[in-house]
Amino acid sequence: MNTLPQQLANGLLLGSMYGLIAIGYTMVYGIVQLINFAHGEIFMTGGFGALSVYLILPDSINIWVALPLMLIGGGLVAVLIAVGAERFAYRPLRGAPRLAPLITAIGLSLALQEAIRNFYPQADKPRVFPELGEGSYEIGSITFKNADLFLIVAAVVCMTGLAFFVRRSRTGRAMQATAQDPDTAQLMGIDTNRIIVIAFAIGGFFAAVASVAYGAKYGHVEYRMGFLMGLKAFTAAVLGGIGNIYGAMVGGLVLGIAEVTASAYIDGIPGMGEFGGSSWANVWAFCLLILVLLVRPQGLLGERVADRA
Amino acid sequence: MTALLEVQDLKVAYGKIEAVKGISFSVEAGQVVTLIGTNGAGKTTTLRTLSGLLKPSGGRILFDGKPLNGTPAHKIVALGLAHSPEGRHIFPRLSITENLQLGAFLRKDVEGIQKDIQRAYELFPILGERRKQAAGTLSGGEQQMLAMGRALMSQPKLLMLDEPSMGLSPIMMQKIMATIAELKAQGTTILLVEQNAQAALSLADQGHVMEVGKIVVSGTGSDLLTDESVRKAYLGED
Ligand SMILES: Nc1ncnc2c1ncn2[C@@H]1O[C@H](COP(=O)(O)OP(=O)(O)O)[C@@H](O)[C@H]1O
Ligand SMILES: [Mg+2]
Repeated sequence: MNTLPQQLANGLLLGSMYGLIAIGYTMVYGIVQLINFAHGEIFMTGGFGALSVYLILPDSINIWVALPLMLIGGGLVAVLIAVGAERFAYRPLRGAPRLAPLITAIGLSLALQEAIRNFYPQADKPRVFPELGEGSYEIGSITFKNADLFLIVAAVVCMTGLAFFVRRSRTGRAMQATAQDPDTAQLMGIDTNRIIVIAFAIGGFFAAVASVAYGAKYGHVEYRMGFLMGLKAFTAAVLGGIGNIYGAMVGGLVLGIAEVTASAYIDGIPGMGEFGGSSWANVWAFCLLILVLLVRPQGLLGERVADRA
Repeated sequence: MTALLEVQDLKVAYGKIEAVKGISFSVEAGQVVTLIGTNGAGKTTTLRTLSGLLKPSGGRILFDGKPLNGTPAHKIVALGLAHSPEGRHIFPRLSITENLQLGAFLRKDVEGIQKDIQRAYELFPILGERRKQAAGTLSGGEQQMLAMGRALMSQPKLLMLDEPSMGLSPIMMQKIMATIAELKAQGTTILLVEQNAQAALSLADQGHVMEVGKIVVSGTGSDLLTDESVRKAYLGED
């Protein structure tokens, strides 16, 4: 049985992955009030993009040299698909009833899954993904692998980078303005279409980073992996307050930690003996979502929708 | 000499409903021109079309000699047309300074922007005192000052103000009107839409009265102030 610190660390790692993916849902929603339900599949294609780069590189290559190239390759694939979806699927539907982009997103999800399953070599089964070396480390009672180290570092770098970008850069400021009042943002001279593209691109890149971390941590990527991860990350975004980037990070971490600790400890509660273990983890994750939304419908860090201009 | 803004037979429709049914007017550099008229007459629709947020269904707009038809809103600002929208629409979760900086979004002269922000604080001292506060925490009148200050930050050739006194206390309304007079004295060209017809016409060089999508009376501000039909319909006299 793992110790409590180890469980918390596992939760933090899983939560970082959720948080990275959740950014894509929340930024897009914050700016165009669209739930991009194809984002889970964008996450999945990022992993396959990175795997392709790895397979092209010579076998002898050092994994730490390959990793940045894999991130670039996977990022490129995910960003292109995300931006392409915006340009050719969602943009023509702006102003259409909300159901139209939603159905489009579901169609796009299925198309991406089937495209990978049918056209990526041997992708009808999980494909082995490089694990970033054998190394494993210990801090106190916590053990972690290279893949975990990569995930934590990547999450911290991406999240702080994004926070700085949104707060300090000219484009980030324009992004905030567009999210708060898109018409008025145009009156300032902001090309809001460009801002929307940037939001999709950032979401796609972060999802690709998460996908590389997923592949490295679990040792495989799979055409179906975007469904559950996407659903969980979307849950994290709603939990934290959709539209709020800090909410996505917090929601991801809360969800990850809750899920891991619930599966580890809930069977210790008298009468709950049957409900422990990872098979119940998803149930607890969604229970948490429902509980939080009952108390705070706007999510942990969300603002009431009424104050949106 | 051609006018700074030339509107010719402008038509704007929401779907099948025509809200602006062919209006023509012009604004010369240095003038204050006002559009007045009851609610729903099409004044806001006109301004939103001039700034590119709505596409005209007919007619021509010439700004500074260039046709604007179909130019996207974010490019129209760059040509020197600023729009302070009805309902103020400040960015509520950004600070006052950040709102002003966004008004100067397309400018590259960092020092000039800094100077103009200082000038906005001189024009509206309360904004300077609260510069770090989120704009959403300001009172209605203060938000209006911010919206006007923000529109001025683009150094526009033409400033369009849509109902700047709407929903304000009489004192605040007076203050806003005094500011518009001050801007006029400094030579700012203004297209002013107002409910408060008395105040707007007293300031304006030219006025146009709109009714259900059409201009029904035009004249100098003082002409319209003394025009009997205008006094009856818009200045609350009978
Ligand atoms: N977004 C819209 N969709 C449909 N009709 C609109 C919209 N905005 C305004 N209208 C209609 O257009 C007409 C003119 O409105 P508006 O330009 O706001 O008038 P004003 O500013 O003079 O009060 C009104 O009849 C109004 O109901
Ligand atoms: Mg109006």
